[in-house]
Amino acid sequence: MSKIEMTVNGKTVAGEAEDRTLLVNFLRDNLGLTGTHVGCDTSQCGCCTIHLNGDAIKSCTMLAIQAEGADIVTIEGMAKGEKLHPVQQAFTECHGLQCGFCTPGMIMTSAAILKQTPNPTEHDIVKGLHGNLCRCTGYVNIVKSVKRAAEIINSGA
Amino acid sequence: MYALNYQRAKSLDEAVKLLGAEPEAKLMAGGQTLIPTLKARLAQPSHLIDLARVAELKGIEVKDGVLIIGAMSKHYEVMTSAVVQKAIPGLANMASLIGDLQVRNMGTMGGSIANNDPAADYPAGVLAHNVTIVTNKREIKADDYFQGMFATALEEGEIIIKLLWPLPKKSAYSKFEHPASGYAMAGTCIAQLADGSVRVGVTGAGSSGAFRWTEAEEALAKSFSLKALEGLKVDPETCLGDLHAPPEYRAHLVGVMAKRALEKML
Ligand SMILES: Cc1cc2nc3c(=O)[nH]c(=O)nc-3n(C[C@H](O)[C@H](O)[C@H](O)COP(=O)(O)OP(=O)(O)OC[C@H]3O[C@@H](n4cnc5c(N)ncnc54)[C@H](O)[C@@H]3O)c2cc1C
Ligand code: FES
Ligand code: FES
Repeated sequence: MSKIEMTVNGKTVAGEAEDRTLLVNFLRDNLGLTGTHVGCDTSQCGCCTIHLNGDAIKSCTMLAIQAEGADIVTIEGMAKGEKLHPVQQAFTECHGLQCGFCTPGMIMTSAAILKQTPNPTEHDIVKGLHGNLCRCTGYVNIVKSVKRAAEIINSGA
Repeated sequence: MYALNYQRAKSLDEAVKLLGAEPEAKLMAGGQTLIPTLKARLAQPSHLIDLARVAELKGIEVKDGVLIIGAMSKHYEVMTSAVVQKAIPGLANMASLIGDLQVRNMGTMGGSIANNDPAADYPAGVLAHNVTIVTNKREIKADDYFQGMFATALEEGEIIIKLLWPLPKKSAYSKFEHPASGYAMAGTCIAQLADGSVRVGVTGAGSSGAFRWTEAEEALAKSFSLKALEGLKVDPETCLGDLHAPPEYRAHLVGVMAKRALEKML
């Protein structure tokens, strides 16, 4: 067991974990941040996506101890108080979720896509979400949501 | 995952030392192949040596007609680097086709080349561009490096430091993605090197990993045209066959990908 320290959603946090503990388990079990989901054990579904020093990564494919000292944002850190993040707002407006299991990962990846590509084409969105699977297959509304999120962000709202 | 000890190397020297200290120690780069392997309990290293903070393995620059890429360069860095985009645009494009956004933010060129997955993209580029692989022990030519599926010339205790990509006149890659995994069912990279010679690297299709398609190289050396590729076909006997694509189909795809890559160069 080692003591692992990192910044999560703006706060410095620490926890004891084994070296083999995956970052996603550290977030969920040690920190109680259960918004980050685990949808597979093959690094393919993207439900566990978080931002590590600003980049979208799969937290099931990284050890917690690798993230020592890192700056992490999870789905819980996206809204500002009562005000949803534009991507969350857009998913709500466009019905971008059905069961919601894939949604935290979809939102984290979408936010990363929009940072790199503020005006994405449909192709950019589909390519960007390649590593996120929706078992409800609600992709049409997910793509709509990302387009809508771009509008909200670009309008400065 | 089995229990293990994590160690973070702060320099190349320290990584070499740590690797030599434990017989079952393993290097970790981006972890995008290694961690899934550990999760599936397909490997049981006693120690993991994280290379993420080893400065000697980082950096991308052009020097004396060679694009030098540090082993720890992430796919995302290769894809977006202005230096790579200018020096070898086909390589930046290749990096953009690897895995997905999240994998590209972690996975590295050194890790991909060390792993030598038969469906990985970089091996086709390394063969086509006649890349030299620099390790802590020696320099290895692309033609001597790949030794079959998941097998390379790397020895115990050997760490890839950087890859030397001689600047080609032009080059391009085309990949037929597996619709679910995104790995190459067949990927063909064509490079016309500075001396005018042509090399063709193929991934995804070969039953012993990435290979050079010498018939296509000879044909393109005579005439650098789509016509030169007409009627040329990789021998299906040498191709992978599985649930997703039988050998005949993969052999066919190699030719189609070659034409698509060439079209980008004409
Ligand atoms: C969902 C998914 C999709 C993917 N799709 C693709 C794809 O389409 N195309 C593709 O090419 N790849 C794909 N990959 C693999 C990805 O590119 C990996 O990043 C890459 O194969 C391994 O790089 P890594 O840095 O993650 O290495 P790691 O996983 O950390 O290491 C891999 C191996 O290399 C060794 N190693 C690492 N660095 C060094 C070094 N410097 N010297 C010596 N040995 C070293 C390690 O010990 C280990 O055995 C995919 C992976 C995932 C999870
Ligand atoms: S849980 Fe991380 S990719 Fe599926
Ligand atoms: S909404 Fe159910 S998995 Fe995507």
